[in-house]
Amino acid sequence: MTQVSALARVFGYLSLLTLGGGMAAYPDLQTLTVDVHGWLTLPQLEHLYSVGQAAPGPNMMMIVSIGVMTAGIAGAIVVFVAFFGPTSLLSWTVGRLWSRLEGRPWFDAIQRALAPVSIGLLLAGCFTFAKGAVTGWVTAAIAVLTFVVLMRRSINPAFLVMAGAVAGMLAFGRV
Amino acid sequence: MAPSRDVSVGEIFLAFLLIGATSFGGGVVAYLRNSLVEKHHWFDDDGFLELLAITQALPGLKATNIAILAGDRLRGVPGAVAAIAGICLPGALFMYTVGVMYRAERDRPLVEAALDGVAPAAVGLLLATTLDLGRRSLSRVADVVFVVLTVLCVNRLDMPVPVALLGVGALAVAWFAFAGRRRL
Repeated sequence: MTQVSALARVFGYLSLLTLGGGMAAYPDLQTLTVDVHGWLTLPQLEHLYSVGQAAPGPNMMMIVSIGVMTAGIAGAIVVFVAFFGPTSLLSWTVGRLWSRLEGRPWFDAIQRALAPVSIGLLLAGCFTFAKGAVTGWVTAAIAVLTFVVLMRRSINPAFLVMAGAVAGMLAFGRV
Repeated sequence: MAPSRDVSVGEIFLAFLLIGATSFGGGVVAYLRNSLVEKHHWFDDDGFLELLAITQALPGLKATNIAILAGDRLRGVPGAVAAIAGICLPGALFMYTVGVMYRAERDRPLVEAALDGVAPAAVGLLLATTLDLGRRSLSRVADVVFVVLTVLCVNRLDMPVPVALLGVGALAVAWFAFAGRRRL
């Protein structure tokens, strides 16, 4: 029960940091789930987060797997509601008030200012994630190759995630 | 902007379920536009751009926030709930299954090896998505300064995300409110 309420608190808090995308919350996601609460290890978090990139739909569904690993189905549901409830309520409210907010100078300034900050937060999340995922020259090569292919061609990223899996098995697998 | 006819909660759920099952990661906004504007004609281009603009300065995933806003405009609160449930269900079930399997399996060296290869692929993917987003939404020198400042605060100074967000955010708001007219 205490685990479930801790899950609710942590993921409710994290949801408010996802400005621009889920990756913005990654540094705090790692600190809270791995270091503070010990719900999973750093390699486990990195694994689930990357498998989540191959999951269909919005790209933070991996939080559900942390919920189920920590507290079963109740954990999964609580994590989902805590993570999507507050931000949904906020967008719903702003959506209803939009005609009154749009065009106000202070509101436009906030919107304009948050564009670079949110990109910065996403990049910082990428770098934190990369520190755990890129551990040697093989993993560095996989990261660079995936990046270069995606910048040059539009290809379903799920294929590249699968290619990464095959490369991992060949490089690190012992049968 | 308003829907041309009454749309049922069931239709909303099914449309978003399909998006949730077929879209991937960074491209989900394109799938949303395709479904809501081109296929169902529930929104015109300006209407969809407005939904996108509303989500710009808000926390939360773009995909789920657009689902909430679109569902609400189509059918009020029940529409919003149907939309977010639909778009999240396939991925949530997928990751639920992964979580259950991951908890059960302890010693599977080949799976661990595969996942050690998936993680750096995800790094490349996330970086490409972020740079693409940055290229489209940033235009000035000041933008680049605030991006770098935010990254340094989180990665070098180890600030918690909300501290960096409020700190650099306040600075950027002040800049764009008072000095922004200098076109830098």
